[in-house]
Amino acid sequence: MPIISYREALNAALREEMQRDETVFLMGEEVGHYQGAYKVSQGLLEEFSERRVVDTPIAELGFSGVGVGAAMVGLRPVIEFMSFNFSLVAIDQIINHAAKMYQMSAGQFHIPMVFRGPSGPAVQVGAQHSQSFESYYCYVPGLKVVCPSTPADAKGLLKTAIRDDNPVVFMESELLYNSTGEVPEGEHLVPFGKAEIKRAGKEVTLIAWSKMVEVVLEAATELEALGIDAEVLDPRSLRPLDIDSMVESVKKTGRCVIVEVGWSMCGLGAEIAFQLQRECLDYLDAPVERVTSDDVPMPYAKNLEQEVMPQVKDIVAAVKHVLYLD
Amino acid sequence: MSAVEVAAVEEEDDLRRVIDDDGKVISGASVPKISDEQLHKLFDTMLMVRIIDDRMMRIQRQGKLGFYMKSLGEEATHLSVFPLRDDDWVYPSYREQGAWFWRGLTIEQFLNQLFGNKHDPTKGRQMPVHHSANWLNCVSISSPVGTQIPQAVGTAMGMKASGTDQVAMTFFGEGTSSTGEFHVGMNFAGVSKAPCVFVIRNNGWAISTGTEKQTAAKSFASKAVGYGMPGIRVDGNDILAVIQVANEAVARARRGEGPTLIECVTYRVEGHSSSDDPSVYRNPAEPEAWGPRDPLNRLRGYLKGKRLWTEGMEKDISDRYNDEISKYLKLAEEHGEPDVETLFDDVYQDLPWHLKEQKEYLLSQARTKNPHLHN
Repeated sequence: MPIISYREALNAALREEMQRDETVFLMGEEVGHYQGAYKVSQGLLEEFSERRVVDTPIAELGFSGVGVGAAMVGLRPVIEFMSFNFSLVAIDQIINHAAKMYQMSAGQFHIPMVFRGPSGPAVQVGAQHSQSFESYYCYVPGLKVVCPSTPADAKGLLKTAIRDDNPVVFMESELLYNSTGEVPEGEHLVPFGKAEIKRAGKEVTLIAWSKMVEVVLEAATELEALGIDAEVLDPRSLRPLDIDSMVESVKKTGRCVIVEVGWSMCGLGAEIAFQLQRECLDYLDAPVERVTSDDVPMPYAKNLEQEVMPQVKDIVAAVKHVLYLD
Repeated sequence: MSAVEVAAVEEEDDLRRVIDDDGKVISGASVPKISDEQLHKLFDTMLMVRIIDDRMMRIQRQGKLGFYMKSLGEEATHLSVFPLRDDDWVYPSYREQGAWFWRGLTIEQFLNQLFGNKHDPTKGRQMPVHHSANWLNCVSISSPVGTQIPQAVGTAMGMKASGTDQVAMTFFGEGTSSTGEFHVGMNFAGVSKAPCVFVIRNNGWAISTGTEKQTAAKSFASKAVGYGMPGIRVDGNDILAVIQVANEAVARARRGEGPTLIECVTYRVEGHSSSDDPSVYRNPAEPEAWGPRDPLNRLRGYLKGKRLWTEGMEKDISDRYNDEISKYLKLAEEHGEPDVETLFDDVYQDLPWHLKEQKEYLLSQARTKNPHLHN
C-alpha cells in the first residue's frame, strides 16, 4: 500500500470524486491557480478546468451562499475555507441554510455539499487562527461533522463526505497535512459513525480525534513504559457519533479520558461523557476525565501556546488520576 | 462599451414608466408586447393578491393565523417574474405573493402553508408566508434577509456552468441592500457574469427604517455601478414598465451577457407585517399620497382604455376568488395538524439512531394538546 501524506490523501479523494462525478466541483479562495493555500487542490485546475475548480472573490459568506444555491440545482459543491476560523463570517449560510433547507422545505430541496478546510491550532497563529469549532457545528441538526486523524481516514472520509446527500462539515488539521501513512489506492470509503481503535488496550480508554489522536498515541506509548495499557479510540465522525464503540471500549477498560483541543465549556467531550455515564455507569471505576485546552483565547508566544493545548504530560496525568495513581 | 458605461445610472427623470397614474400610455413610451389574454391574467393575479392579502390579515386579526405579511401597493413588482420560463429559478423574499401565484402556487397550497396543517407543502415546518415549491423552481423563503441573494447567484452560476440558458431571479427589499449578502452576491454575479436578475422592491420602509437611513447613494440602482452591471430604476407601480424592464434583464441574462439590478420604486402602503403598526413611526399622509399611484388602479385604467375591463368582469374575478378562498380556508382550518410521526423526517436523508430513539420516545407518550389550536 503506498505511503502518502494527509494532504496528498485529500487531494486524491477530491481528484477521484471529481473524475467519478461530473457534478462535483471545488470552490474557494486560492483553490485554482494558486493550487490551494495548503496545496490540497494541487493539479486539480489543470485536470478539471476553471469550470470545476473555481477561484472566488475573498468572501466566505459569498461562496458559501453560492454553494448552497449551486447545490439546489443538482451540483455537489466542495467549499474550501482557508481556515475554519473564517467560516464564522459564513456561518449563517451553513447553519440557517445548508443545514436546514432540507427540513424547512419538507424534503423538497436537499443540499449535498461539503465545507472543508483546516481547523484547530497550528503553530503560533494567534487567537483568530487557532480555534476548534467542531462543537459549534456538532450542535446543529442537519449537519454531519468529520475530523480525520490519518491520511487513510482523510481520503476515505472525504470521499464519503462528497457522496453524502447531506451537508458535511469536514475539518482537517493544518498540523497533519504533512503527516504520512498507508493509504489504499482507488475506491476507499470510510463510513460515518464508525469509530476506529487506533491502539488496543485494556486499562483505560482514551478518546480523541484529529490532531489529538497523534498526541494521545504518544501519551499511550509513555503510559506503556509506566506499565499502563491504554486503548485509543478515534470516533472519526463526530456527528454521527459512534457511541456504541465507545461504550464497548469503556465496558472493557472501566476508565475513560476524553482529549480535545477545543475549550472545555460545551465541548463535545461533555456530550460523550454524558452518553458514557448513561450507557455504562456501572462499568466505570472512576469518573470520566477530560483534557482540553485552557479556557483562554489562544496566545501567540510559543511557550504560552504550548501550555494552552493538551500535551502528553496532561494526558498522562489525567490517566493516572482515573487510575487513582496520583 | 465598457463596464462602467453599461452601468451608467439613469437620472431621476429617467425613472422608467410606460403608463401614467390614470393608466394612459405616456407620450413617447414604448409599450411591451403583451397579449390581451395575458393582460387579463396580470389583472386577475394582482386582484387576487389584493383579495387574499385582505382576507388573510383579517383572519390574522381574528386570532386564527399566527402571522401574515401584506403587499398592498406593491403587487405589480411581483410580476417581474412575467418573462421567466418554467425552468428558470426564483428566490423570493417574503412579500411577493403574486410571484408564487403567477408561477402556479394554488390558493389551496398557499392557505395550507399559512396554517401549517396536515396538507401544508412544508409539513408545518415554516412560519406563515415562508413557502417552498420545488415543482415551481421557487426556493424556500428565508427569515434572515438577503441570504437568498448569494444562493440565487450560485444557482445562476451553476446553470451557466452546466451549459443551459436558464435564469435565476431574486427579490429583496431596499433595506436588504445594506447587508453583506447583497454585496457578496452582487459581486460574485458581476465577476462571474451569472445569469441572474436582482429585483429590489424599494417600498420606502424596512419595518420602521426609512430609505435615507439605508444608504447615502443616489439611488439603490446606482449600487450596480460598483459591481459592473446595469442598474435600472423603474416605476414599480407601473406594471407595464415593470414587465418591460424585466423582459430586458431576463433576455440579457439568457443571452449570456450577465446580471442586472432592477430597482422597483414602490410604496408599502401598510405595515411591515401583522406584528407592525406604522402609525407610530410615519405620517399617515404619506400612504395617502401614494393612493393615486395604486398599481392595480393604473392597470385597470389601461385595460379600460383598451376596452378590456368592465365592472362585471372585475366583480366576477372577485367573487370567484372570494369563494375559492372561503372554500379552502374552511378546509385549511379543518385539515388538522401535521402528523407527529413526521417530526423527525427530513433532518437527514436517513433517520439517525438518536432521532429514531427520540421518535420512539415521542410516540410512546400521550399527545399534548396544541394550545394554539381552536376547538
